[in-house]
Amino acid sequence: MIKRFIARNAPGYIFLSPWLLGFFLLALGPILASLYLSFTKYDMVSDPRWVGFANYEYMFTRDRRFWKALEVTFTYVALAVPARLIMALSVAMLLDKGLRTIGLYRAIFYLPSLLGASIAIAILWRQLFEQNGVVNQVLAVFGIEGLAWITNPDTSLYTLVILAMWQFGSPMLIFLAGLRGIPRDLYEAAEIDGTPKWRQFTRITLPLLAPVIFFNLVLQTIESFKTFSSAFIISNGTGAPADSLLFFTVYLFNEAFKFFRMGYASALAWVLLLIIGAFTAIAFLTSKYWVHYENERD
Amino acid sequence: MAGLTLRNVGKRYGALSIIKGLNLDIHDGEFLVLVGPSGCGKSTLLRMIAGLEDITDGTVAIGNRIVNDLPASKRELSMVFQSYALYPHMTVAKNLAFGLQNFKMPKAEMERRVAEAARILQIEKLMDRKPRQLSGGQKQRVAIGRAIVREPQLFLFDEPLSNLDAELRVQMRAELASLYARLGTTMIYVTHDQVEAMTMASRIVVLRAGKIEQVGTPQELYTRPQNLFVAGFIGSPKINMLQAKVDRASGEAVATVPGLPAFSLPTLPSADDGLTLCVRPGAVHIGAGEVMTQGTIRLVEYLGNESLLHIALSSGQVLLVSDNGKTSYRSGETISIGFDRSDLHYFDAAGQRVEPIQNESRLQ
Repeated sequence: MIKRFIARNAPGYIFLSPWLLGFFLLALGPILASLYLSFTKYDMVSDPRWVGFANYEYMFTRDRRFWKALEVTFTYVALAVPARLIMALSVAMLLDKGLRTIGLYRAIFYLPSLLGASIAIAILWRQLFEQNGVVNQVLAVFGIEGLAWITNPDTSLYTLVILAMWQFGSPMLIFLAGLRGIPRDLYEAAEIDGTPKWRQFTRITLPLLAPVIFFNLVLQTIESFKTFSSAFIISNGTGAPADSLLFFTVYLFNEAFKFFRMGYASALAWVLLLIIGAFTAIAFLTSKYWVHYENERD
Repeated sequence: MAGLTLRNVGKRYGALSIIKGLNLDIHDGEFLVLVGPSGCGKSTLLRMIAGLEDITDGTVAIGNRIVNDLPASKRELSMVFQSYALYPHMTVAKNLAFGLQNFKMPKAEMERRVAEAARILQIEKLMDRKPRQLSGGQKQRVAIGRAIVREPQLFLFDEPLSNLDAELRVQMRAELASLYARLGTTMIYVTHDQVEAMTMASRIVVLRAGKIEQVGTPQELYTRPQNLFVAGFIGSPKINMLQAKVDRASGEAVATVPGLPAFSLPTLPSADDGLTLCVRPGAVHIGAGEVMTQGTIRLVEYLGNESLLHIALSSGQVLLVSDNGKTSYRSGETISIGFDRSDLHYFDAAGQRVEPIQNESRLQ
């Protein structure tokens, strides 16, 4: 029986092995260590000191910045995920129209996503939305006096939402593949029946794309909860102005590497993990009501 | 119901011409089958009629109305696709009703039509199922049902039976024929299967490389194919083709076919030195006929009601002979076979049919 299990599954595990090895040798240890550290006070100089649930207690009862970080992150996720998915789907649908140079466009549109996580783009973004940045110069042409988008706490988060929207490349490619998978003749049949384009979209495209939408939603939600580098660069690593860019990860980073409160930062990390886990679980639990799988067996 | 008129209809993709100047009148209430080999343009032509492809040249008129620029939905037609094109996330009932919802139809009327279609196609028990829970034949019924509920003036079928297994295909063929008899609506049916074409059509259009080779009833196509292509395409088992040299030295036209005795030809309106003579496998008889020869059986295909014999002549050419299946033959056996000259089809060097002017010639 064991022999058969090995024979049947060995190729899969062999292909998985780089990740499995990476996980067990490089990730699992630190993960478990961080769980332990989250119950300690640890400043990286002296030994960790066991404090039980004190970190968690402080976090939920007394730490106002923790709640602020949650607020910023949740607002961002709530805006950036739908914005990016809508953008990605819109561009994918345009590309799906069968342009001759589709390969080129796909590459061009994917480019921001490749660059997106990089520091350079975040710096560029900051320059675009500065008081004297390109955005305000363009607005000035139309006689509109722009705000200091990034230094104004009311608008700073939205500049990051726009940056997120612009990095639609990877969900767009997945949507494009999904759209390509919907048989053309379903649309042709709908066309002959006089189905308006909007109804074709809502009654055919969306339901048949649901598994892909679901996949992208889960992936992008996780991604957005973890947003770090753009927020870190644009806020100069502080979450400023007025903590309006205090993303959870920025807060965590500061606690860990600025104030060397490793125990507390580990606790923050575990709370973030639980939040992401909870959202993913909710997505999976609700998926049976809105995701239709072609090969599902009843 | 409506007839259809095609005038100089053409379809080009850049420099590539798929359909070339077609002229065709499809009568009101006719079951017209477009048949031809892969790539002959039959599906493209159907899609042009449906409004799914632009018409590059000429005009298509449904009834008296030219529909070139009319969107598919305004042409009052229904189409059944080879892949069924059922919406996988909707139940059968919803699939049937989906198209009707676009026409602002009263709910009661919609329900009546869906129920009627379900009754005609005997799919009432499947109404709550999703397409993945249906067999191929059931899916095809639902696809046809979706076409029926529209009550269109024209039905288009794009190889609807190609995805079904042989037995089901025969069954659905009969059902489609009876559906046609019941509805009497004009139907245009595309297939590459000449048996489907022969069994269902009022008239058949044989297409090749974007051109019409012949239009006619199944009998006309079978008994008077206009050219070698149609002769070879229509009829199963395939017609036998013999290359003949014509000698007119004696004043009478005498045909010489390798492996056969020379025999006189009827008077033909063709002066070509080479002709192609065709004879259906069923018209070649064992041990009888005006023109007789010996041959060796290479292969026997026993089909129950008939046997199909592959018989090699002395020239090496193999003739197909359809026998009644009552006698058993073995391969390797030498037998005599023959045919009557009245069963021959004559084609000139260009492959066009030539009709004998009189049939008085004698066997030499």
